[in-house]
Amino acid sequence: MSNLIKFKIDGVECMTERGKFIVEAALENGIFIPTLCNMPGVKPKGSCRICTVKINGRLMTSCTTPVADGMEIESNSAEINELRKSIVELLFVSGNHFCPACEKSGNCELQALGYYYQMMVPRYPYEFPLREVDASSPHIIKDQNRCILCKRCIKTIKDEEGKSFFAFHDRGHRLEVVLDKEMGSQMSEALAEEAMKNCPVGSILKKEKGFNQAIGSRKFDKKAIGSDVKL
Amino acid sequence: MSKPIIATTSLAGCFGCHMSILDIDERILQLIELVEFNKSPVDDIKTFTKPVDIGIIEGGCCNSENVEVLKSFRKNCKILISLGECAIMGGLPALRNGIPIEECLHEAYINGPTVQLNKTGIMPNDDELPMLLDRVYPCHEIVKIDYFLPGCPPRADLIWDALVALITGDPMKLPYEVIKFD
Repeated sequence: MSNLIKFKIDGVECMTERGKFIVEAALENGIFIPTLCNMPGVKPKGSCRICTVKINGRLMTSCTTPVADGMEIESNSAEINELRKSIVELLFVSGNHFCPACEKSGNCELQALGYYYQMMVPRYPYEFPLREVDASSPHIIKDQNRCILCKRCIKTIKDEEGKSFFAFHDRGHRLEVVLDKEMGSQMSEALAEEAMKNCPVGSILKKEKGFNQAIGSRKFDKKAIGSDVKL
Repeated sequence: MSKPIIATTSLAGCFGCHMSILDIDERILQLIELVEFNKSPVDDIKTFTKPVDIGIIEGGCCNSENVEVLKSFRKNCKILISLGECAIMGGLPALRNGIPIEECLHEAYINGPTVQLNKTGIMPNDDELPMLLDRVYPCHEIVKIDYFLPGCPPRADLIWDALVALITGDPMKLPYEVIKFD
C-alpha cells in the first residue's frame, strides 16, 4: 500500500492515494472545501480561487494542487474564510446578480456560498456592468449578466466529435462565454438541460424551465452548500 | 428608561419589506411593548418629531426625493438598517442601471408596446416630480449604513431577531434559513 499517503487538513489526520488533488482528497476524508470553477471528473483550472488554502505559509488553489506526503493544509481558518468571502463578494459586485429575479435562485452555487459565508452586503462598490442576454438559440438563454467565466460549460458541453458548444469571446474586461450560433441551433434538449445543470450560476438557462421548484424545496433553501459532505 | 424609538421608510421599494415586518404576526404586540414608532408608514407619521434610535430603510435611491429622505434618516437616527435587497444593492429597480435615462423614459412613455394614448409623446416633466438619478444607488453608497438585513423580502424572523438583539443588546442568532437573497 505504498500508494497511500498521509496529510493533515486543519490538524485532522487524512489519508489518500498519491496524485489526488487536495479538493478530491479532502472530500474523501469528509472535509468540504468550497469550489466554483471546479467540477469532479473535469481537468481543474484554478481560476475562481474559492478553494484557496494555505500550505507552508503560501496560498494555493486546492483544486490544482496534488496532495504530498505529510502535507499540512490550513483551510477552515478565519483568515482563509475571510479571503474566500471577499472573492464571493467580488463576484457579486462585478456582475449583475439580481437574486430575487433569477431562475437559478435557491439552486445557485454562488448564492449558496454567499449564504455559507453569511454575506450580508459586499464590501466593494457595485459595478452594474451593461451586459447582453442571448436568447437566439432554440433551447438556451445565455445571460451574460450572471456569468462568472468559470468555463464549466466550455469544458463539459460538447458534441460527438468533442467540439465545445460554448467558447470564450473577446479579451480582458470584455471577455465573455458565448454559445456558438450554429451549434446552438442543433443542440438537443437533453444537452441544454445538462448545460443549465453544470452552470454554477443562472447564466445558462434552459428555455421554459425557470421557477419550476417551490421556494423552500430548492437545493440550498434549507441545507448549506457542502453540508452533505460526510466521511 | 423610555422605549427605543423606531422609524421606517420605503424608498425605491415595493413595500414588501414592510409587509415582512408585519409578518412577525402576533409578536407585533410584543414589539409595541418594546418600542415606540415615529416617522413611518406603519403609523402614518410624516415627519420626525423627536430623535430616533433605529431607522429602517427599505428600497434603494432612484430619485432626488429618495436621497433627501435617506439623508434625513441619517440625520435623525442613531442606527440605520438597510432592509432587503433593494436597499442593499438597488434590487430590481437597478435593472435600469447602465441604460441611459432617456432610453428608459422613451421605453416607458413613448415606444413601449403597451403605450397607446400618448400621441403627442409627452413625458412626465412637472417641477413637482423628483428628478430621476442617473442610476439606482444602494443606500450605503449615499449615507453610512450600520446594519444590513438581506432578503426579498428579508424573513420576518430575521427582522425580529435583529430588532430584539439591537434593543436588548444580546448577540444575534443567525440560523441558516433566515439569510436568503430572494
